Amino acid sequence: MSKEEKQMELVCPAGTPAALRAAADAGADAIYCGFANETNARNFPGLNFSPTELADGVAYAHAKGAKVLVAINTFARAGSIGLWRQAVDDAAACNADAIIAADLAVLEHAAEKHPDRRLHLSVQAAANSPEAIRFYSDTFGVKRVVLPRVFSVPEIAALNREIDVETEVFVFGGLCVMTEGRCSLSSYATGKSPNLTGVCSPPDHVDYREDNAGRLLAQLGGFTIDSFEKNTPAGYPTLCKGQFSAEGRTGYLFEDPVSLNAFELLEDLAKAGVTALKIEGRQRGKAYIAGVVSGFRRAVDGLATGTDAGPAIAALKTFSEGGRQTSGSYKKTWR
Amino acid sequence: MPTTAPALSLPPLISTLIAPLPKTPMEVLLTRFTRRLVARRPELLQRLGAVVKVPIAIVPDDMPHAFLLSLDNDKSSVEICDKDQITRAKAVVRAPFLVLLGLLDGTYDADALFFTRDLKIEGRTEHVLALRNTLEEADLTPGEFFGLSGRPAQWMNGFSGTLLDKAKRLAGNGSRNANSMEQDGQR
Repeated sequence: MSKEEKQMELVCPAGTPAALRAAADAGADAIYCGFANETNARNFPGLNFSPTELADGVAYAHAKGAKVLVAINTFARAGSIGLWRQAVDDAAACNADAIIAADLAVLEHAAEKHPDRRLHLSVQAAANSPEAIRFYSDTFGVKRVVLPRVFSVPEIAALNREIDVETEVFVFGGLCVMTEGRCSLSSYATGKSPNLTGVCSPPDHVDYREDNAGRLLAQLGGFTIDSFEKNTPAGYPTLCKGQFSAEGRTGYLFEDPVSLNAFELLEDLAKAGVTALKIEGRQRGKAYIAGVVSGFRRAVDGLATGTDAGPAIAALKTFSEGGRQTSGSYKKTWR
Repeated sequence: MPTTAPALSLPPLISTLIAPLPKTPMEVLLTRFTRRLVARRPELLQRLGAVVKVPIAIVPDDMPHAFLLSLDNDKSSVEICDKDQITRAKAVVRAPFLVLLGLLDGTYDADALFFTRDLKIEGRTEHVLALRNTLEEADLTPGEFFGLSGRPAQWMNGFSGTLLDKAKRLAGNGSRNANSMEQDGQR
């Protein structure tokens, strides 16, 4: 890393107060989390924060030198906008450092009522052009955009040359290759979606069973979407990672059960002008948070110090879906 | 850094030794400590949400019995039953005993164990998820479960840690021996 390049910020997930503490202790620069309702895109049972828990979490993180970013990144439902407004007000009252939003109404409310609070554009907004990003920046004062997981590194570099806002990119964890915020695959099978109710593959529609041969069958909304042979790694029950049959062939149509790991591209991402690196996984446990955050802390610091984080990152493979990793579209080979 | 839990099944001898022991005293103790924990930390029930009062079966693969857990304000219960007597359960969690303990205290990541097929779930996935997330937040130590604080809690946590390490070594050795025997058999 050259002297003029600023060290990239490590943005880490937290689904519970305990996970937030684990992330702060493991060296996160910033921690993102959400309230326990439909206002965030990880609205799973037992997950997320009450306003009181968030206020305590912010105090803990600040004491450790970490920021807290609150994801209010679903799209406000007609007739219930009050829930989203309240979430923004609560995040500000809890002294959160930034609000991550995608919906125009939520962004407008935050910009108008809490002009001093930093606004980050969620990946759910799927802003992938300089024009779209400039619109959010000019209209709402958005300071950072979380980029969709569909860019190559050269494309990110080109984009950064055309915009004035910071960019944040995913470097580890679940890989979504759809146009985020506009994906309705989950809705077709369950009637619920990440965009409106905050759940992709809602767990009350997920069933697992093993057949007599030891094959694990994953079902979503009554549809069997994948099967895993005995003693082979399994993946999440998401439709985009399901197997489909067409024209006599069965296989993974959109993507395989695999997780993102962009460790080898960190230096390139720094050179491309990226400000922050995001770790996915608010639904994951403390062991994942502590392991992945400390591994990537070492990796980011290693860009400046030359310390080799390779072994620490290699140990993270067991956390990955299907036991497999990819650098995703950052290294596009199909164009 | 623990990631997943490779080969942590207890030797079959442990299961054989435990099988004839009376279940009632252990049930009474576990139920009493669980009720005390819930009374001390009511926020855990809030996090559980719809799973309150829902029976969930915890089935250690390498033990002779299953645990039927139901969490409630003042009627929480832990029932120890045969593995074929868990039909009341709305969801079932299966894994080796030490893996389940590691999930309880946050040593292991449940999703990673699911990916590697070390952890199996059946029934209502949302109940398992709510319980997992609640346990994650509970940050349970043995001292906390038994309602201890200060030095007694520290002693209990230290003692349990040592015991667990020894059990893991025993399980690891057992699995290595079993693997080696399997390989010998294949030659």
